[in-house]
Amino acid sequence: MRYSGLAVLAQGLTGNRGWRPAWRDPAPKDAYDIVIIGGGGHGLATAFYLAKEHGLRNIAVLEKGYLGGGNIGRNTTIVRANYGLPGNSEFYSHSLKLWEGLEAELNYNVMHSQRGIINLFHSDGQRDAYARRGNAMINQGDDAILLDRAGVRKLLPYLDYEQTRFPIYGGLYHPRGGTARHDAVAWGFARGADMRGVDLIQNCEVTGIDIEGGRVTGVQTSRGAIRAKKVGIVVAGRSSQVAAMAGMRLPIESHILQAFVTEGLKPVIDHVVTYGMGHFYISQSDKGGLVFGGDLDFYASYAARGNLPMAEHVMEAGLTLMPMIGKARILRSWGGIMDMSPDGSPIIDRTHIEGLYLNCGWCYGGFKAVPASGHTFAHLIATDRPHEAAARYRLDRFATGRGLMDEEAKGSQHNLH
Amino acid sequence: MQIDCPFCGARDIREFTYLGHETYIHRPADEAWSDAWNDYLHNRENPAGMTRDLWFHGSGCGAWLVVTRNTVTHEITGVELAREASRHAG
Ligand SMILES: Cc1cc2nc3c(=O)[nH]c(=O)nc-3n(C[C@H](O)[C@H](O)[C@H](O)COP(=O)(O)OP(=O)(O)OC[C@H]3O[C@@H](n4cnc5c(N)ncnc54)[C@H](O)[C@@H]3O)c2cc1C
Ligand SMILES: [Zn+2]
Repeated sequence: MRYSGLAVLAQGLTGNRGWRPAWRDPAPKDAYDIVIIGGGGHGLATAFYLAKEHGLRNIAVLEKGYLGGGNIGRNTTIVRANYGLPGNSEFYSHSLKLWEGLEAELNYNVMHSQRGIINLFHSDGQRDAYARRGNAMINQGDDAILLDRAGVRKLLPYLDYEQTRFPIYGGLYHPRGGTARHDAVAWGFARGADMRGVDLIQNCEVTGIDIEGGRVTGVQTSRGAIRAKKVGIVVAGRSSQVAAMAGMRLPIESHILQAFVTEGLKPVIDHVVTYGMGHFYISQSDKGGLVFGGDLDFYASYAARGNLPMAEHVMEAGLTLMPMIGKARILRSWGGIMDMSPDGSPIIDRTHIEGLYLNCGWCYGGFKAVPASGHTFAHLIATDRPHEAAARYRLDRFATGRGLMDEEAKGSQHNLH
Repeated sequence: MQIDCPFCGARDIREFTYLGHETYIHRPADEAWSDAWNDYLHNRENPAGMTRDLWFHGSGCGAWLVVTRNTVTHEITGVELAREASRHAG
């Protein structure tokens, strides 16, 4: 059914009895043309674009838990196109453009809110780095404005401008950046894919990948064997385990990233704000909770929960920057399993096995990437050629050293990003 | 999390810095670039379960440690000095 204001009104007047489930719950068939492993944001978007852009229908998404139960439902929902390196620049620019048309395309309210992102800087050196980044964004065709201290103060009057240790020099303002409702993004893509005939199969864990003569032929699952001509691996934090089923060892280490949310408050923080001198960034959800986070815990982990040192650091950094939030009570904290790559950039590529495709390495930044990742991965699977916006996300860049995308200039080794 | 340093006893995780999997002890002998180097630097088994990784007791005695640890539960079941671990490995 099509969602619209009129439908809401009509349903409201008739006791809301006409709403139907947003997608079917089919049993797996014996065979599909394409099987996507992983029903997170990226897997669902891939299936959606395979059906929508390439007219393919005989597709299944296999999800071991429930749709949206992974990182897609655990992130802090920031959507931006403020990358600086060739490869990332065009990809995230492409993604932001897809975001801007997403609600109309999906006929689904993903609550995409372009409220603007302000990256604060606190020294001359940081200002130079952000000026350079802003220029790279403008050259890519995206928006960036370098604000001085007074300019930041106008937008964010509540920051602590008196502190002398890390004074606020200014900020890089990215007006088209913002947030979206994470679950709604998964649900919108799920519904869109289902409407076009994709089978979304939950509680279906892939336990093996069948390969014959160097070609993929299907998968083994907790709900039986399923044959497939092409298989895409899109399992974020579990990439190493699933790739191992095809005999591959990936350049991925899984790490934990935590996030926090406070009780609901009246509107107080209108933008996304990132601190340049501590691991802290914040926005306010539409329910009123202050949603904030920091950096990785920095050790390999699949626990989906973190430890106190990073929680403390995030709180301390937040209070240094905006003391006013000190009275808000924290409701929850949680963690997600991040698929960290050595250079901090993702991988969207074929593998050495014919018909087997890989999409991983999203680190802590894969939410904003969901539309473009699905769009370009679908293109790769359907045509066997990389989409130009994702052509640099090659798996072999670590082995060859060519085309590394080390956005933070820290080096291309694990645990640096 | 606490790590039981062989020199200092059980200490809070804040005193340690994590480097990564113990693979880093087993540096390829040949200096020339090869698949072995790619494996050493980048490719990982990345286990969900028991692992052995390298931690540095920077705010303590300064020793490099190999910690046997469960990545799913965060339980730590063994700690040894990295130099001994590498001696055992040859
Ligand atoms: C705390 C936190 C904050 C974040 N903040 C941001 C942010 O502000 N902005 C941003 O851009 N990104 C952010 N991210 C990153 C982003 O959430 C992830 O990069 C992205 O969601 C990963 O892709 P996904 O949605 O496909 O992953 P997931 O939702 O994790 O999907 C992978 C799916 O694969 C399934 N799966 C695994 N193994 C199997 C198997 N064997 N068989 C079948 N299914 C399997 C899993 O159950 C899971 O549902 C954040 C992440 C976290 C944890
Ligand atoms: Zn010690």
